[in-house]
Amino acid sequence: MAEFLNFRHFFSFPCSSVGMYKENIAYGTNVVAGVTPGKGGQKVDDVPVFNTVKEAMENTGANCSLIFVPPAFAADAILEAVEAEIELIVAITEGIPVMDMIKVKNYMKSTKSRLIGPNCPGIITPGQCKIGIMPGHIHKQGGPIGVVSRSGTLTYEVVNQLTLHEIGQTTCIGIGGDPINGTNFIDYLDAFEKDPDTEGIVMVGEIGGSAEEEASEFIKKHVTKKVVGFIAGLTAPPGRRMGHAGAIISGSSGTAQAKIAAMKKSGIYVCEDLGSFGEMCAEVF
Amino acid sequence: MKIHEYQAKELFKKYKISIPDGGIALTPDEAKKNADKIGSFPVVIKGQIHAGGRGKGGGIKLAETMEEVESIAKRILGMLLITHQTGPKGKIVKKVLVEKSLKIEKELYLSIIPDRATAKIAIIASKAGGMDIEEVAANQPEKIIKIHIDPLLGIQPFHCRQAAFGLKLPPSLIRQFTLTLINLYRLFVDYDCTLVEINPLAITANENIVALDAKIIFDDNALFRHKDILEYRDLDEEDPFEVEASKFNLNYIKLSGNVGNMVNGAGLAMATMDLIKLYGAEPANFLDVGGTANAETVENGFRIILSDKNVKAILINIFGGILRCDLLAKGVVQAADKAEIKIPVVIRMEGTNVEEGRRILSESGLNFTIAADLKEAVQAVTQLVKHLRRGHKCLK
Repeated sequence: MAEFLNFRHFFSFPCSSVGMYKENIAYGTNVVAGVTPGKGGQKVDDVPVFNTVKEAMENTGANCSLIFVPPAFAADAILEAVEAEIELIVAITEGIPVMDMIKVKNYMKSTKSRLIGPNCPGIITPGQCKIGIMPGHIHKQGGPIGVVSRSGTLTYEVVNQLTLHEIGQTTCIGIGGDPINGTNFIDYLDAFEKDPDTEGIVMVGEIGGSAEEEASEFIKKHVTKKVVGFIAGLTAPPGRRMGHAGAIISGSSGTAQAKIAAMKKSGIYVCEDLGSFGEMCAEVF
Repeated sequence: MKIHEYQAKELFKKYKISIPDGGIALTPDEAKKNADKIGSFPVVIKGQIHAGGRGKGGGIKLAETMEEVESIAKRILGMLLITHQTGPKGKIVKKVLVEKSLKIEKELYLSIIPDRATAKIAIIASKAGGMDIEEVAANQPEKIIKIHIDPLLGIQPFHCRQAAFGLKLPPSLIRQFTLTLINLYRLFVDYDCTLVEINPLAITANENIVALDAKIIFDDNALFRHKDILEYRDLDEEDPFEVEASKFNLNYIKLSGNVGNMVNGAGLAMATMDLIKLYGAEPANFLDVGGTANAETVENGFRIILSDKNVKAILINIFGGILRCDLLAKGVVQAADKAEIKIPVVIRMEGTNVEEGRRILSESGLNFTIAADLKEAVQAVTQLVKHLRRGHKCLK
């Protein structure tokens, strides 16, 4: 995944999450700067803090922004990073208003930055670089499986089972549980298909929207590697938002049944028993 | 957040979207006063609950005389209104909207939603007004007009003309329709709505465009910037368990099974429910304790799960990321002491600081089952409730 995982530099908004950013450093990620408006000139351990993203980039050459700021200010933080033309933005924040994200997404179409999230655990290339909040130690480095998921802890479950079955991961990405996200399944299915180190793909979806159906279409046409899929929410009642802002069955659309059917139709190996996910992957891959 | 029709119509009025003359009533007397103010018959009496299908359920009636206003208001106020959207339990009607009945030429459908797939704002219009739009979309998709608006540009007059001509409106109505749609769009954006819907939008015999019904849903995540809207929240319309849970920032949804479960993360919580079902039992709830669960959160979680008397066993499934297993284990031990749990509990823990977490649990002296992995945990808890069922049968 070298094309978008070349993060020699990286910076975060440590305002509420110094602990998190320390964990990223501990995993080997090169944290070069922090940005907290009003705290410019200070240092957290040895990492300098700046008032603006632009200053941080000019002074340190940072090329990725990890955003933890509260939901009311998160869209502003994303836009500031986009305006500074940073390569990659990972937004962990949960609870950003839909309208804010609709504006951000439309604005970003004319820019070069890539956004992962929001409402996601981030991205990790096991053994090399972690930009997010996932527990690093459950991953197994060296591949050959790429993981892309709408969920957080459900991704950890899936990854843990892969690792317990001696199946390593090239990169694991959480695209986030919001109705509008920066990048979607298709962006990473495409990247995994092109990545020579990735031999198979795990795709984890859930109820709500039609991203899994669109991804299934894409897989049928463009993905030659084996894909194992899982969908959460078979027992979710219609019309109720299941925790994630995006996890809602509206009328008859967005059901787990429809997504599973679309995935099977596209030749995806759908796991129906999460308790045996690792075993199934060991058989398929 | 959902609101009542009469509240949505208050906002329509503020945004100069035409609504029929009328007013809200809590008693038959008030209903009569409102009918008197309207000054002509017939009037429509509409029960106010947060669900569609009210007409079919008998919650909307036409009154031709003052006596009928009284008798119908009496019947609807306090009635248990059951519609396809309320579920079999129904909702009690506490307020009625009394409105002038208009002479209708044509009924249209009009709504605005955020469109997930395109990340635009979508206007949906149809000539098939007054019908279930889901059904129209499924059976007569050609009758649905969908127009996407770039949120950075906002609605333009040509968007409105596209909708109007698509609806085959006469030229004399284009200006009025355009104003209605632009005002509706402004309301949608100003208040961070996730749905504004007029079904039906009526064209009256004297060529006025009037919203006969009104439905608005607000984005819960944006309520922090719309404090005025919070006054519209009606707790009577919500599940009391869920209201209680929301006070502690717990994401709880009550279901009908008997396996209570407490999970961190929405995706894993749904997957855990699915697995309970797959292994032969029924989940009693959805409960996401979030990424910052502590002793207090867990205690409240236990309390809410246990207040549902159907629950016969509890499964705790935690995969620690930001949430550390040792802290959660301490929380569970503290909470269990306070909550006096008399039913079996199965705990599965994995992730950050898991060894320490398991040690705390096993040394706590609590009679909880500690499972090694997800499969073992769900198998254990489903076996527990299955044995219970068998036990009951033996007693009979």
